[in-house]
Amino acid sequence: MGMSDRDPHDPSAAAPPGEPDGPRGQASVGSLRRALLVVAATAAGVLAFLLVFDYLRSPTSNRLSVVLVAILVGVGGIFFLFWAMNRIVDLLPAWLREHMRPYVFVGPALVILGVFLVYPVFNTILLSFKDGISRDFVGLDNYRFVFTDEDMLRALRNTAGWLIFVPLVAVAIGLVFATLADRLGRGEAAAKSMIFLPMAISFAGASVTWQLIYSYRPQGFGSNIGLLNGIMIGLGQNPVKWLELQPWNNLFLMVIMIWMQTGFAMVVLSAAIKAIPDEIIEAARIDGASEMQVFRKIIVPSILPTIVVVSTYMVINAMKVFDIVFVQPANAEVNGTVVVAERMIRWFFLLDHNGRGAAIAVILFVAVVPVMIWNVRRFREQEAIR
Amino acid sequence: MSVPVTPLPAQVETRAPGEVRRGSWFVRVTILVIVLLWLVPTLGVLITSFRPEGLVESSGWWTVLAHPFRTAEWTIENYRLAITGQGFGNAFMNSLAVAIPSTVIPITIAAFAAYGFAWMEFKGRYVLFILVVGLMVVPLQMALIPILRLFTQGVVVFGYRIFPDLDLNQSFLGIWLAHTGFGIPLATYLLFNYIASLPSSIIESAKIDGADHFTIFWRLIVPLSVPALAAFAIFQFMWVWNDLLVAYVFLGGAGQNRVLTVALRELVGARGENWHLLTAAAFISMALPLAVFFSLQKYFVRGLTAGAVKG
Repeated sequence: MGMSDRDPHDPSAAAPPGEPDGPRGQASVGSLRRALLVVAATAAGVLAFLLVFDYLRSPTSNRLSVVLVAILVGVGGIFFLFWAMNRIVDLLPAWLREHMRPYVFVGPALVILGVFLVYPVFNTILLSFKDGISRDFVGLDNYRFVFTDEDMLRALRNTAGWLIFVPLVAVAIGLVFATLADRLGRGEAAAKSMIFLPMAISFAGASVTWQLIYSYRPQGFGSNIGLLNGIMIGLGQNPVKWLELQPWNNLFLMVIMIWMQTGFAMVVLSAAIKAIPDEIIEAARIDGASEMQVFRKIIVPSILPTIVVVSTYMVINAMKVFDIVFVQPANAEVNGTVVVAERMIRWFFLLDHNGRGAAIAVILFVAVVPVMIWNVRRFREQEAIR
Repeated sequence: MSVPVTPLPAQVETRAPGEVRRGSWFVRVTILVIVLLWLVPTLGVLITSFRPEGLVESSGWWTVLAHPFRTAEWTIENYRLAITGQGFGNAFMNSLAVAIPSTVIPITIAAFAAYGFAWMEFKGRYVLFILVVGLMVVPLQMALIPILRLFTQGVVVFGYRIFPDLDLNQSFLGIWLAHTGFGIPLATYLLFNYIASLPSSIIESAKIDGADHFTIFWRLIVPLSVPALAAFAIFQFMWVWNDLLVAYVFLGGAGQNRVLTVALRELVGARGENWHLLTAAAFISMALPLAVFFSLQKYFVRGLTAGAVKG
């Protein structure tokens, strides 16, 4: 494992957790001492954590040491937590011990999920029925706003465009590329990683990257250094304000997401294509099938389940798209490039209206519910096969 | 680039040697065109970030390609400015302080949970597991507002404080916990698939030898699961490193704890068109994920395919 599973600040917590316990129920003095040790170690660990936490908050601390301590505490803390919980369960009477043990394993996950996902779902629903500062109930006002406000309606339409267009194009290019790259032999790996490379880049970084392509400057404000306008000028045309060209500017932003996500589709589809038995494809070729027929009648049907899964994943991603629009320096409202998730953040954090922000979040959630049900069903089917 | 993506040697070999397909040139040209199209945006950033400000503003980055060896047209001044002047050095460290624990914590918790769900008997096991996996598709956006309120105000019901005001806003712990919450469902699902498929005989024999669950987990399951753990770790790390939304909400747009993506966004907003700085900053934010990606590609791809190919 190589990682420390001890609390870094407390030597008494240094007992390796994996060590098999001695025979249980030995002399009571020994077990009492052990119990005290465990309790002391836990208390010391918690105390150390709180002290360090204060240090991290202090504005005068040196940045590099803050960062190092933060990493050490975060990583060490989680191992310490499990170690301490397991030791505490060891102290319980034997009949209770093994009933409690599973909760040492799954308990933290359940608690965190309860606080960070389950509670928020209910709380957001509640907030969506309240006013901007979450004091009084306003009934359905926020939802009425969502479905009547002009920018919101545009955001809904735009998002619908995103979640149709982005998965469609990304999966199509990914599929073609995966199929062709499969025949490349040498160089396949290198070619694939070039397509895959944008996945390692943040949406924020990607937006900057693409501004260099879409950049526009009016005459008298410097030369046009965006690639597209460079091409336009090279062709003797006038430069174009790409990102203000409604409604096409939405399409130009979608291209950024396609650029980033095609690699994902390609890699997953490529793995599926390689799993098709070669004999099937060879047999079809011997029977005189053209490459196009092999692609349409054998490859696509065989990997259809994977295509569906990848598309679903991308639809969900596109539904939640936010960064690409949010990072653009140009005003999304003026340019008509608003999307649902971006509206939600803007209403909640920049326009300070909790109710509307929450209502938009609920809309997003409701849109995802069918996918959730489908996912759980799929899991149950898998369980049944297992 | 050293690690091949997925070529399975056995399948490559089954192709007969003389079997050069019809339209092979078509294949090569198509692939070359797509690859070039995909590389151009990144190339633009890379080149621009090494050009002096005056040249960046007056000519397109592609003009360099005509005379790439004029040393006067290259500089590293942009990086120096971005790192010291614009605080991207600090932001880089903050990103590390956010990303490393936000990767280790959810994976540890999810691995324990996956083991519990796979190999331990307890009441409600099936229902709880379905709940955990089902939460996978709760959109992040749904959780942001309540968690932020939780961090800043606690929870008060009918005048009783049922959750303390932890004052976690703008703190590393707060964002670790948030990323942990958002990451656990998928992590548990993927790790469960892997851990549950380990042969039960090894776990049974360890039990017969007197090992308890904790020992089995640390000494047996974790070492055996390294491929799955590594795959998800890379996935989660890249996700957290590249995340703007959660960092923006929980660490804020200004302040000493802001991370790279947020700093980048502020630079875009504040400076508009300061390309020489913007591109250097963008490349600083890309450097680590690109390095991680190219050195550990094999695991990353495995992580992506693990969840999705099972269909």
